[in-house]
Amino acid sequence: MNYDWDFSPVWRGMDFLLGGLANTLLLSGAAILSGLVIGLLLAGLRIGAGGRVLGFAAAAVITFYRNTPPLVHLFFFFYGLPILIGVSLSPFLAALIALSIQSGAFFAEIFRGGITSIERGQWEAGRAIGMGEITLLRRVILPQALRRMLPPLTERCFELIKTTALAASLAYGELLYRAMTLTSQSFRPLETYTAVALLFFVVLCGSSFAIRALEARLALAQP
Amino acid sequence: MPPVLRSAGLRKSFGSLEVLRGIDLSIAAGERVAILGSSGSGKSTLLRCLNFMEIPSAGRVFLDGEPVGRQAANGSIRYPRAELMRLRQRVGMVFQQFNLFPHMTALANVMEGPATVQRRARAEARRIAERQLARVGLADKAETYPAFLSGGQQQRVAIARALAMEPEILLFDEPTSSLDPELVGEVLSVILDLSRDGRTMLLVTHELGFAYHFATRVIFLHDGMIHEEGPPEQVLKQPRQDRTRQFLERFTAFRF
Amino acid sequence: MIGPFDFGPVLENFDLLLRGARLTLLLWAIAFAFALVAGLFVGIARSSPRRWLNWPATAYVELFRNIPVLVQLIWFYFAFPVLSGVRLSPFAASAIGLSLNASAYCAEIYRGGLQSVARGQWEGGRALGMGEVQLMGRIILPQAVRRMIPAFTNRAVELLKNTAIASILVVHELMYEARELSAETFLPLETFAVVGVVYFLLIWPGTLFSSYLERRLARQGG
Repeated sequence: MNYDWDFSPVWRGMDFLLGGLANTLLLSGAAILSGLVIGLLLAGLRIGAGGRVLGFAAAAVITFYRNTPPLVHLFFFFYGLPILIGVSLSPFLAALIALSIQSGAFFAEIFRGGITSIERGQWEAGRAIGMGEITLLRRVILPQALRRMLPPLTERCFELIKTTALAASLAYGELLYRAMTLTSQSFRPLETYTAVALLFFVVLCGSSFAIRALEARLALAQP
Repeated sequence: MPPVLRSAGLRKSFGSLEVLRGIDLSIAAGERVAILGSSGSGKSTLLRCLNFMEIPSAGRVFLDGEPVGRQAANGSIRYPRAELMRLRQRVGMVFQQFNLFPHMTALANVMEGPATVQRRARAEARRIAERQLARVGLADKAETYPAFLSGGQQQRVAIARALAMEPEILLFDEPTSSLDPELVGEVLSVILDLSRDGRTMLLVTHELGFAYHFATRVIFLHDGMIHEEGPPEQVLKQPRQDRTRQFLERFTAFRF
Repeated sequence: MIGPFDFGPVLENFDLLLRGARLTLLLWAIAFAFALVAGLFVGIARSSPRRWLNWPATAYVELFRNIPVLVQLIWFYFAFPVLSGVRLSPFAASAIGLSLNASAYCAEIYRGGLQSVARGQWEGGRALGMGEVQLMGRIILPQAVRRMIPAFTNRAVELLKNTAIASILVVHELMYEARELSAETFLPLETFAVVGVVYFLLIWPGTLFSSYLERRLARQGG
């Protein structure tokens, strides 16, 4: 290899980059939390808790957001929404809204799938001893459904962390954007981007391990 | 004394398929009724209508002389959920597929009704559950999860779970049809043992021999209607109707 | 005009968007074709008990699955030329990045499919004296392929969504044309809404097809 590797600009900018990583995790965490709330809302509407019209609207939102690239939504909310509401949005906020709704759409389907995957016999057994619907959900259905939902939910969260890198296109200061900034100053794209790719890799691999450990522990608690 | 359970003109359709075509049934307290019939005859549907797992399309059900449900102005019957919930505490059911709650131990399964539905104190619910679990011979499996129990054991836990509610009437929907043959006996023994209590029981089953020993009355269902009914000695050994005879012959075809 | 929204300028320039869509599909086709072929070899290596095959394949798969796609594309466009001395066009860098990324996922699909074929099939073939290649080609793959198709369809859908990322590298596919049009017309709401619908129409049929396949597979007892 006849190239002079020089990681010194990367080391010098490591604080800066790690700040970017923190922003990545911040956006990820915020989008996951609001996504879960939106997902619950959408799932509830989808199964008809709010009537036929809202149920159809929820299904439309879910289907649309699951079948379009996240980048479209990022730009729609960053450039488009301010025109609608007359207030300009920070890159973080626009990205948060877009990613929350999209995650919410995926979470909603996971919630719905989890509940419907519980066999009818469980519902009947609960009713047969006189349980009401809410008690039935609380004591019998949800405990089983939540266990089944956990793997696809964590998979989605994992994907979300990766998707936050797209917020760099809105100039949000997450890890990739900071790498781009650093490169424009240091003129060392190879070292910078390789280092950042490695950072992502370590963080995501680590998350993967943590998720699997969590799932293993929960699986052990019940046969 | 009014019959403890009565149906008048009970009908049930699924879409365009009419499964029950007018059932008039009258069960006295303490009776043990075996319901037989080929698949499609409506026997499971009939049972499930009696605790309203299925809502009848027409007809009326009476529990202890009181009609179930409320008749609306236009003649249709409405079944308020709260009323059905209360009914199901008095009419218990044991399912073909057991339907135990997999995330709870055997004891927790049996306790669930008394504790959560009847809102008894946990200690009391536990005592009731332990008693019923012992009754079905599974006291030592209290802390075991259903996944680690055999089919016969699971069904016995399911019976204990139904008993823990102290129902007036117990419905059994083909309780041994999903079991390996060698496990059938242990469940039937438990059910036979229950007959000592004098509780009213309805049993849908294919086990003719068991029906003969267990039942005080046998009902043969065909095509959604009661085709023949009477004491086991008569229906099973000297059936009056041709179809009943034909049905029974199938079971004796390979007797050795 | 629909209410306060002006779709006119967007729809007038629809041919620009279509041009972009063509490039989107071209990018997708190249990457998917590569992924199907390369993924097979990596997938086989991944299932192999031989460590010298298995470990590099695992590293390959883990690398591309644990780094965001945009980072991969950026790396190929900005970092790779420095390393290799070869300048890549934005399109080439995107095509390479998307191809490799998709191939890692396809490798896992192949691996899952291969491992889902019962042990007995391998043994049956070997007992007849079949070599590994014959065994793979005539016995194992035909059975595995049926089960893998829904997963491949899902991956194809994901890949189509990922092509939009190439817009950040200034590849003139649909997303890029959308941004240009939005800036020209000052109508971001209308532009991105229309483009969203175009993407939806491209992607949704794939999702529906995948669900249909999954249901069919379940019914056939696959």
